Amino acid sequence: MQLWILLLLPLVTCIGVGFGGERNARAIALGGSLATLAWAVVLAMQFPHWQAAQWLYWPAPEDNAFPVLPGLGIAIELGVDSVSLLLVLLNVFLMPCCVLGSWVAIKERRREFYIWLLVLSTCVMGVFVARDVISFYTFFEASLVPGFFMLAIYGGPDRREASFKFFIYTFVGSLFMLLGLAYVAWQHAQQTGDWSFAISDLTTFAPTLSAGEQGWILLALLAGLAVKVPLFPLHTWLPLAHNQAPTAGSVNFAAVILKLGLYGLYVFVLPMVPEAVVTWGPTIAVLAVIGIVYAALICWVQTDVKKLIAYSSVSHMGFAVLGLLALNPLGLQGSVFYMLSHGFATGGLFLCIGMMYERYHTKDLREVGGLAFKMPVWSFFFIVLVFASVGLPGLNGFVSEFLCLIGTFTAVPGAQTGYPGVLGPWFAAVAATGMILGAMYLLYMTGKLCFGPLREPADHHEHEELPKDLSLREIAAVAPIAVVCLVFGIMPWPILHAVEPVAEAVLKPYPALVERHFEKMDAAAKVSLLTDTTLEGSR
Amino acid sequence: MTEMSSKLILITPEILLFIGAVIVAVIGLSTHRRIRNAVPWTTVGFLVAAIVATQVVYDGSKTVTDADLLFPNLGLYLKVMVGVIAIGLVLLGIGMVDRRYEDAVRDGRAGFDPLRVVRGEYHAFLLLSIAGTMLVANANDLIWLFLAIELSSLPTYVMVALGRGTRRNKEAAIKYFFLGAMSSATFLYGFALLYGATGTLSLTGMQAVFATQAAGDGIPLFGLIGMVFAFVGLCFKITAVPMHFYAPDVYQGAPTPVTGFISFMPKVAGFTAIIMLCAAVGWSGHHIIDNAGVKVPTEGLPRPVHATLWVIAVLTMILGNIGALLQTSIKRLLAYSSISHSGYILVGVIAGTAEGIDAVFFYLVTYGVATVAVFGVLSGLQRHGREVETLDDLSGLWKRHPGMAFVLALSAFSMLGLPPLLGFWGKLDIVIAGISAGETPLVVIMMATSAVSAYYYLHLAGLPVIRKPDARTEGVEVGPSPWPRIAGMVFGIGILILPFGARKLMEQAEASTASSWLEPAETTLNTEEARPVDQTTEIPRA
Repeated sequence: MQLWILLLLPLVTCIGVGFGGERNARAIALGGSLATLAWAVVLAMQFPHWQAAQWLYWPAPEDNAFPVLPGLGIAIELGVDSVSLLLVLLNVFLMPCCVLGSWVAIKERRREFYIWLLVLSTCVMGVFVARDVISFYTFFEASLVPGFFMLAIYGGPDRREASFKFFIYTFVGSLFMLLGLAYVAWQHAQQTGDWSFAISDLTTFAPTLSAGEQGWILLALLAGLAVKVPLFPLHTWLPLAHNQAPTAGSVNFAAVILKLGLYGLYVFVLPMVPEAVVTWGPTIAVLAVIGIVYAALICWVQTDVKKLIAYSSVSHMGFAVLGLLALNPLGLQGSVFYMLSHGFATGGLFLCIGMMYERYHTKDLREVGGLAFKMPVWSFFFIVLVFASVGLPGLNGFVSEFLCLIGTFTAVPGAQTGYPGVLGPWFAAVAATGMILGAMYLLYMTGKLCFGPLREPADHHEHEELPKDLSLREIAAVAPIAVVCLVFGIMPWPILHAVEPVAEAVLKPYPALVERHFEKMDAAAKVSLLTDTTLEGSR
Repeated sequence: MTEMSSKLILITPEILLFIGAVIVAVIGLSTHRRIRNAVPWTTVGFLVAAIVATQVVYDGSKTVTDADLLFPNLGLYLKVMVGVIAIGLVLLGIGMVDRRYEDAVRDGRAGFDPLRVVRGEYHAFLLLSIAGTMLVANANDLIWLFLAIELSSLPTYVMVALGRGTRRNKEAAIKYFFLGAMSSATFLYGFALLYGATGTLSLTGMQAVFATQAAGDGIPLFGLIGMVFAFVGLCFKITAVPMHFYAPDVYQGAPTPVTGFISFMPKVAGFTAIIMLCAAVGWSGHHIIDNAGVKVPTEGLPRPVHATLWVIAVLTMILGNIGALLQTSIKRLLAYSSISHSGYILVGVIAGTAEGIDAVFFYLVTYGVATVAVFGVLSGLQRHGREVETLDDLSGLWKRHPGMAFVLALSAFSMLGLPPLLGFWGKLDIVIAGISAGETPLVVIMMATSAVSAYYYLHLAGLPVIRKPDARTEGVEVGPSPWPRIAGMVFGIGILILPFGARKLMEQAEASTASSWLEPAETTLNTEEARPVDQTTEIPRA
């Protein structure tokens, strides 16, 4: 029930926004999003499993299953574990910030805008709290519609192309994800005689499938999830969409929509197809590393600030994927922490860019710069968030990047941690260059934008509604994010502790599987060695 | 009770519709405007009566089970579904049929001439076509099946021609009529071959003959060719490749309410007929002779039939979706979309057994609801007194008629299969049936092609909201009668609400296809019983 209220609060707010008139839309939306935030905080206080020693959902699934098609075992089940609750908190925390950030930027069709925004965050929360495949898929897909309209109505000059690309890319991928999940459900029905779409049933069942089947299922799941992450060759929708979206849209896309993909990897891929993950993990990790370096290099030559930050997301999410694939608790903790800290830091950066754009109507580094003198408060927040994003020790980005890299580094066969992995120092080393590149392009951007002589666009004239520097409203939008970045950087333990039992539970089958994988590889190598020698001998 | 009278009881709903057809044809000629205006409502009244009669007749009594039908309870589901959606389709036509002439009579520009009004005819033909579609559910032999299908399509040839005047309309009418006649000839030829192969016209009799033939030397080539001919002919009704060519032209040329009608009603008749023919030959218990001359049992339809339907389904999905990408005219786009939906439904037919057939009949409901919704919007709009033509005409619809744009988006997204809308559940059902029947490649193709469809459905749903109104859309306004819009709204809300009742609907679909012969077939399919047969046939080879 508590979770239903969480999902319904933004929707009820939508009705309020719809009937409240164009002038009051933003105030109602703000009220609604604050109420949702408050309710989520209440839930977080009630959540009993923060310190749990094992992986538990709350509330227990059987308490709140709502049967839709009992014949096919389709029932709506909601529940959160510590990871999904953290992501829900990320989402509701950013919601009021988004509303405040678009307070004056959205001048036309305000009601619709806030309705789309609220629907979007409902869908995203729905993905995080879904405990059955069908609800997960439903929310996952339904989130495309508000995203599409937000992008297509309120976006920049290329909004048409961006919105279509965004929708079709994700829709196409996730159809195959549905196919993969339906296949697992069918196999489950074949073997047990009962149809079920509950994630818990399928994740306990799927690992019993053969390695070949697991490989195909992994491919199908990746088709849907890798687009969202985004993983290297499938990332091309992202810079366009993030760049063209209105501020609140960019914040939402970067901060939460991208997390849907990673969350899907965490909730489906890791527990469902362990054998395939062990076999194909290095391949996916190579893609992630390519993404890290390639996107970082692209960032370096960007002149459009928003595009730069969009590409930096591609680069950053690569670290989170590496952390997941490290197959040890450190990496997984780091990955989950990365989801949160990237959400806050990049979300905050997009908010800042939005504020600058409202004043100068340009995002071009060549046209605008040296703002530290004119907008010191803005520059302060911007620099804090850039540092958080770069991974400066003491801010959140450092913790997550460090953990992901350590996890990757120690993911070697026969690791001391008890969690042998399939990656290793090479992956970590190449990925670490991405970290250095990240510092370079982000600081380069900051230097141009904040320091040096003041540069303003030629046709620039003062915005009548906005003060020179940030108004109180704008500070209220971005300050909490900066504070969170700092707090997370100084005190990451509570979150890491909450994630630890989950990580251990998810990774439980992996050490044995990885050992077996290497044994098999060794055996294969010996066989090939033997055949080689016999061949030579016969020659 | 004699056989004749029990048959007559079963078709009470159709008889009611026949009576209705006569009555509306007559009162449509009345010189009083008010009586003429009552024609659509009389039609709706008879449809309601038919629905009620269906519920009364199908009470699970002996009459139903004795009727010697392949699917004894199918009528209940099919007739109610057809009836309810037909009510929506009738509402689409209110205020559209005869509008110019009625206006002229009202303003005194023309005298009333019974020969020039078509309202009565339109509704009479509509009722006849609906009656034909309902009759398909009761068909127990090939003659009945043929006559019922013809009854459901012949009136539509006339209805297409009713939007007389434009060249496009004439072209549509001619094309539809001639190609329709050709398709009838094709499947009639197939029926003749089937009769030759089995020596019986009765579908249940045919099933028995096929079963013995399959257990013996296999179904004769004759019968299989007949089956293939019948399917190809029926492809016209369901707008599937290779008989799909007419669809874009006819859909575009016909008046919008008629387009809505022909994109649903003949399809239901066609799919029901296809399922009956497939049921006669059965989805299991077949075998092929392999190279070594040994019988190997196979699952699913007999190989040639399976292959034919497989190719048809794949081509239909691909051509439908690719064709739709290129369209600027809304009705042409919807024609291609309707082609592609036939492809999806065929996946359910090929999957077969209880699950697949249920999925087909459930999908037809989801498709019908979305069809009424989208054509409700199109019929409810006009541009300078004419139909809206291109996608550009819909730009900025959101600003001026938010409700219509909303319904349009709902139905487009539902056809796309976006959860949680009604269309998603239909597609999910088909996908699960397909995977369960081991048709994974087909389901993958279905997924890939419906991914393509995202592009054009997104245009249909998105353009009215995204684009700003321009000079061209100035003239777009709502039509004089509110009823098409109301029908669109009601069915649009259905798209949102029915998923909550999806369970009930699917249960009904399951009940409707429950039949004695499907049960054993199903058990032999997925239990070990099939394997011993496998082994015994393999022993001689060893």
